[in-house]
Amino acid sequence: MSSPILKLIAQRIALGIVLLLAVSVLIFAGTQILPGDVAQAILGQSATPESLANLREQLGLNQPAYIRYFHWLGGVLTGDLGTAMSSGQDIATSIKGRLGNTLFLAFWAAIVAVPLAIILGLIAVRYRNGWVDKLISGLALASTSFPEFFIGYVLVYFFAVKWQIFPGISTVYDGMPFLERMQAIALPATALTLVVLAHMMRMTRAAILNVMQSAYVETAELKGLSAFNVIRKHAFPNAIAPIINVVMLNLAYLIVGVVVVEVIFVYPGMGQYLVDHVTKRDVPVVQAVGLIFAAVYISLNIIADIAAIVANPRLRHPK
Amino acid sequence: MSNELEFLSRRVASGKLSRRDFLGRAAALGITAPFANALLSSAARAAGPVKGGTLKAGLVGGESTNSLDPALMMTQVPFAFGKMWGEMIVELSPEGKLENRIAEEIGASADAKTWTLKIRDGVEFHNGKTVTAEDVAATLERHSDEKSKSGALGYMKGIQTIKASGKEVVLTLKEANADLPYLLSDYHLIVQPNGGKDKADAGISAGPYKVTTNEPGVRHGGERFANYWQGDKMGHADQIEIIVINDATARTAALQGGQVNMINRVEPKIVDLIKRLPGVTIRNHAGPGHYVFIAHCNTAPFDNADLRMALKLAIDREEMLDKILRGYGSLGNDFPINASYPLFTEIEQRKYDPDKAKFHFKKSGHDGSVLLRTSDVAFPGAVDAAQLYQQSAAKAGITLEIKREPGDGYWSEVWNKQPFCASYWGGRSTQDQMYSTAYLSTADWNDTRFMRPDFDKMVLAARAELDDTKRKAMYHDMGMLVRDEGGLILPMFNQFIDATGAKVDGWVDDPHQELMNGYALAKCWLQA
Repeated sequence: MSSPILKLIAQRIALGIVLLLAVSVLIFAGTQILPGDVAQAILGQSATPESLANLREQLGLNQPAYIRYFHWLGGVLTGDLGTAMSSGQDIATSIKGRLGNTLFLAFWAAIVAVPLAIILGLIAVRYRNGWVDKLISGLALASTSFPEFFIGYVLVYFFAVKWQIFPGISTVYDGMPFLERMQAIALPATALTLVVLAHMMRMTRAAILNVMQSAYVETAELKGLSAFNVIRKHAFPNAIAPIINVVMLNLAYLIVGVVVVEVIFVYPGMGQYLVDHVTKRDVPVVQAVGLIFAAVYISLNIIADIAAIVANPRLRHPK
Repeated sequence: MSNELEFLSRRVASGKLSRRDFLGRAAALGITAPFANALLSSAARAAGPVKGGTLKAGLVGGESTNSLDPALMMTQVPFAFGKMWGEMIVELSPEGKLENRIAEEIGASADAKTWTLKIRDGVEFHNGKTVTAEDVAATLERHSDEKSKSGALGYMKGIQTIKASGKEVVLTLKEANADLPYLLSDYHLIVQPNGGKDKADAGISAGPYKVTTNEPGVRHGGERFANYWQGDKMGHADQIEIIVINDATARTAALQGGQVNMINRVEPKIVDLIKRLPGVTIRNHAGPGHYVFIAHCNTAPFDNADLRMALKLAIDREEMLDKILRGYGSLGNDFPINASYPLFTEIEQRKYDPDKAKFHFKKSGHDGSVLLRTSDVAFPGAVDAAQLYQQSAAKAGITLEIKREPGDGYWSEVWNKQPFCASYWGGRSTQDQMYSTAYLSTADWNDTRFMRPDFDKMVLAARAELDDTKRKAMYHDMGMLVRDEGGLILPMFNQFIDATGAKVDGWVDDPHQELMNGYALAKCWLQA
């Protein structure tokens, strides 16, 4: 490994950290402009002026915003995310379980979706413009065009209510046997797979087709290589950067964008956790989750960048 | 009751006839469904509960922010779970009578200012400790502390001193209140060891189930408490579980797929579809909850009595009941009380009358439109209800301008702040509680800004009155005053609509809250 690569990687990571800091400021500012405050939200319709005042004081909402920001940032850097205002639970502990669940679901959805998307993309290119290509593209487009809740409900209707093969609610808990857990996530993982499949598959197809128009692919074809070998040996490696990009984007989506699927399948993941706390104006939790989501996005993007640099020598020497 | 029906209901109880067939026969005999259902439950009770199994409920109203601290319980899931592990001082029976639980006896002084609770012997907490008068006193102290965040603080503030001595707790009130025992049935007042002062969210009380799982916003579980003092009446299933399912479609699917045995809050618009599902029974019953439009009596233009009257006459209650609640409710009459209150008296029903509304609107001198704020969170169907209101008002020449507000912050920014908006009330157990919570001049939640010294006096007088006939008359007058002068526009009382799956038995309709006042999991059982 040459040092320019290491230098580039170091640069990207440093940039990522700066970006994360900027995001933390944005998140903090954003949570300040929500209507109402956390005390009002916790007590809801049953708030009385006394209980409001008591709670506000207890939560330290009377301090100015910038003091609270630095206080919070200091905590985050030392691994202390604080306690949830609304329930008094330690945020890091609650998030650990939730994040674990989300990653578990995302992992299995990705294990199915990513290879499937790439293989389908390759097949589509191999039989481009033929009926196989059209069928794959058509089905993928259809599945991506339906909103998530629709796909979710259709799955629930057939697999949980009608045939009762898989449970319609996916409540998982600590100490659940692995097989039971897999059974529980079968439907949400399928729904997620269907949602992200088309995007990755179509990007794979487009990226490879793009490369297929290059001169060296034509050379390979003229050399007499089989269509599949042309794709595998010459087109795919050169199309890998955009493919990794779209895969990473979808992986990030599987982690941070699955609120609807989590709600439908009652899956105890991060999205549900975030939504609950947003409605309570539970600022520390919203900030912590926001920051984690931002970190997920930024690090997956860094990984995509680095993978692209490694895969494509030209990118190692920016002009 | 005909002998045939009784025979049939016994057959259902012993599993020889399906519930559905029974209801069909009952209908053929001219029996209404609610009555037939009541008959069935009594037959089922006579057949006796079955012990064992796991009862599961899929409920809306749980969030990851929930806590086991009874003081902080606000939504449906903590409420229902609280009734599983918590034991109350007194409770309301399904018939609306007071049922003594940890208090064995409640006595009042003649002026209704001093109350004595005699604590029952031999009730045990989950940690093995016996419930004492000190524990009860400490519980009440914690909820009546000015600094408390308790949802019961509003009523508990009226208690001046709390003293425990021997087996008795003596309460003295700042002002006489004949309804005190009803106030003590508030679901926040779960008796905890030392009142929960040490660790409020430990989840330890003397209820039928011990807390085994507490994952807020996900699921809650309990196992039967072996030393429960009323083991024959409650705690039939070995285990209970509440799964939080906030999505209505997922909730229905879970019931249908057999993953849960009961659900709450079935939406009126899908009740008729759910009724067709095999094995599923809809459990709907009237309660004190109501959907309202509230106008501030002290803010222009609503400070004009004629305008308020015009708005009350311009709403088509029947249409709203029909279209928003699909008939699962009853007509409102602009005062917050209905037949589910013990001392209720009928008042002539107000009807939609565009001509009269037009007359009052003209007389009020107001011209131009009236701004009504609404939101999805105000009550289910609140946005549609506002539009129906707009149409019926238009026929009376009144232009309602509808503003749809975001659900986020509705309770903090709109309700109790803006002069005219949609809202709901869950109701209370007594008229005094309802009126003192929202219609006394000094009430924190006086969301119609109804400030009438004469009304306040009536509330206080009724509170101190121990003669029910006189109190009834007083409450009638109070109802008339709110109905004719107040800022409350109350088109309908909603029903609680729960549903149970195939094997659930022992259900008894309870008008106080959904899910048999929260006791469905504790009092129902799974057929063998």
